[in-house]
Amino acid sequence: MNRWTPRLLLLLPLVLFAGLVILMAGNLGKPQEAVIRSHMVGKPVPDFALEAVGGARGLANSDLATGKPVLVNVFASWCLPCAVEAPQLQALKDKGAVIHGIAIRDTPEKVEAFLGRHGNPFDRIGNDPSGRMLIAFGASGVPETYVIDGQGVIRHQHLGEIRPEHVPGLLAELEKAK
Amino acid sequence: MIPELGHLTLWLAAAAALLQAFAPGIGLWRNDESLQRLAVPAATAQALFTLFAFGALTWAFMVSDFSVKLVASNSHSMKPDMYRFTGVWANHEGSLLLWVLVMALAGLAVALAPANLGARFRDRVLSIQGLVALGFFAFLLLASNPFERLSPAPTEGQGLNPLLQDPGLAFHPPLLYAGYVGLSVAFAYAVAGMLENAIGPAWARAARPWVLGAWALLTLGIALGSYWAYYELGWGGWWFWDPVENAALMPWLAATALLHSLVVVMKRDALRAWTLLLAVAAFSLSMMGTFIVRSGLLTSVHAFAVDPTRGLFLMVLMALYIGGALTIYALAAGRVAEGRQFNLVSRETALVANNLLISAMLGVVFVGTLYPMALEAASGTQISVGPPYFNRTTMPMLLAMAVLMGIAPFLGWKRSGTGHLAARLLPAGVAAAVFVVAAVWPFGVRGVGWLLGFGAAAWLGAASLSILARRGLTLGIAGMGLAHLGVAVSILGATASGALQREVLVALRVGDAVEMGPWRAELMDIRPVAGPNWTAIEASLEVKRNGRVVAMLHPQSRMFVAPAQETTESGRAGWWTGELYSVLGKPDGEGRWQIHLWVKPMVRLIWWGGLLMAFGGLLALGGKLRAFAPGKWRRQLKRGAVAPAVPA
Repeated sequence: MNRWTPRLLLLLPLVLFAGLVILMAGNLGKPQEAVIRSHMVGKPVPDFALEAVGGARGLANSDLATGKPVLVNVFASWCLPCAVEAPQLQALKDKGAVIHGIAIRDTPEKVEAFLGRHGNPFDRIGNDPSGRMLIAFGASGVPETYVIDGQGVIRHQHLGEIRPEHVPGLLAELEKAK
Repeated sequence: MIPELGHLTLWLAAAAALLQAFAPGIGLWRNDESLQRLAVPAATAQALFTLFAFGALTWAFMVSDFSVKLVASNSHSMKPDMYRFTGVWANHEGSLLLWVLVMALAGLAVALAPANLGARFRDRVLSIQGLVALGFFAFLLLASNPFERLSPAPTEGQGLNPLLQDPGLAFHPPLLYAGYVGLSVAFAYAVAGMLENAIGPAWARAARPWVLGAWALLTLGIALGSYWAYYELGWGGWWFWDPVENAALMPWLAATALLHSLVVVMKRDALRAWTLLLAVAAFSLSMMGTFIVRSGLLTSVHAFAVDPTRGLFLMVLMALYIGGALTIYALAAGRVAEGRQFNLVSRETALVANNLLISAMLGVVFVGTLYPMALEAASGTQISVGPPYFNRTTMPMLLAMAVLMGIAPFLGWKRSGTGHLAARLLPAGVAAAVFVVAAVWPFGVRGVGWLLGFGAAAWLGAASLSILARRGLTLGIAGMGLAHLGVAVSILGATASGALQREVLVALRVGDAVEMGPWRAELMDIRPVAGPNWTAIEASLEVKRNGRVVAMLHPQSRMFVAPAQETTESGRAGWWTGELYSVLGKPDGEGRWQIHLWVKPMVRLIWWGGLLMAFGGLLALGGKLRAFAPGKWRRQLKRGAVAPAVPA
């Protein structure tokens, strides 16, 4: 260690601060999005195979690559907005959309009770007791709904519950994914 | 007319700041004492003018003068008087005016306080403070004029963010600002100390009361902010690791480290360069915090209106001040020798370890707060860093610190024996063991993290209590003991409220009930209620414990009139330490209402602990005065034994 080393060490705070200022200047004025979108949009769904729940068939990633675009809805019986969006899911199904569900951190009995009360619009339902599918889809919570094209690639993410005004938009996204 | 006078006095205050910055600066440089002596009158004038300007803006808010743009866009004639008053600083321009006001008052305090390091040093400090204030005056006058008029004047104002219409807001920002700005005195002391080559025990002794005062106010401000977020935001949490909260936490951490390293300079004349860096960092982080909040650089629930030009202005100011101080540091700190050596087992080593742990925490929070921004700049990816990161990284360090804080006060300076430690720490060890065992049974707590939390809280609490029980207690020691006890109490509150919390989320019809252990809550009624500028749906929840009615909770879903905005008002009831907490959600369309109910035992200890810490900090200002002999204070003061000397 020569006699300049301590001197250079004292310069370090200034240098780090200069770096920070440059970084901040570069970011200034950029619009900030309060919602973090999934980084999985545009990428294929990772491999998975979930056991069946609620009397439907189970769900695997191969079911998402059948040539026809589908909706995947992550939900849970403990989530109130999921109950709120049930009529809209039914409306989507009535208009011809195929919807698969993934039950997050739930028990089979509770899922069945939930479907019994709010209706079952799902073609297949996968049981995900650990919630790891949230990471696979890049979801930030439940409910979220994804448009998957016929090749198993995520094309669109809908955050939060589906309100009646969102239904046409989701149908359009399905059409676009064809 | 009065807003114009306010505007005028603001310019006069800026002129006084200019005088305060440069007259003594030039006077000291050219050894012209008549110029140097202008510092004190200039600081006084600046404080009086700023006070008048603040008064003028307050007046405009109180009489609802909607021809002033700021009043029109942030107030409303229907608003209760108290919130008209707090509305003065619940917006960008007003809060900056509050900032310069607090800064000017701090300058006045420096000017009027006895100049322990001589008039020359005091004038140097004032000159630096004037320079810092000048920048903020420029920002206020050129880019955010609070007195701007509207023509024609609207007949009604546009209200205030209803979330902010709350008593917690009346005191949270002023306390935080007082803390931030109090740290500007430490900043000025550090820069003046480097310029005057005066770093040493006397400098540390003179600087420490300012840091103590600022730290105590900052502690109160943060505790109050946390409490406000807890009951107002309706999430049931008390700390969210939101960028704006972190922006307040970082200066607090730096100030805490500074408080402890100043003692080492004071007692042993060691750690000088490090202490200087902390003093610069504490205020720099305060400025950066304000900048982050004001510029919209980071996404946050707290963010105010975003304006890039203002952000740029603030950034230039910040770059000048922090960059300037760090340049002086790079040039001058080399002259500051590291001072004396000390042994491995000593109070100094413990304080160095404390400094390292706090700085590591500061680093972790800093990285977590700014990393999303850096990543976005580098790769365009957006991420958010949340509580899992912060909790996992800071909690182990906090626990290690709590253990160390229990031991350090029993160590001697320079070199310490360890023979006495076992006996001194016995009560702490027993308390920790008892708490951990009690948590496992009968309370049934599982999870190593929780148990460590209980153990650490008991350990530190008992160790701090045994300090308070010592004979010949001075106010300085008592303050330290109380502040440490406060940390223990807060840890206990955070651990217990987390580990023992019960929570249900249910949809209830009127008449339905939900059970949770010994607790039973029945939804008695749902009805509309009205306030001065809002209407609400209010639920009445009768809570019984073991069949006995203990509380009636009234959570509301509130609709504000101007601006139209919906908020949830938590319904709470509590006892000394714990709380019942309820939130009313949405109806499900079939007559059921979503109710979220928590039982949070000991949650209030979190804020009681904060109060204890702040009180301890203020008490420590008494220095070497005997705690239980106020009759002797006059004699002690005469002997001069007091000087703001405070043992750690």
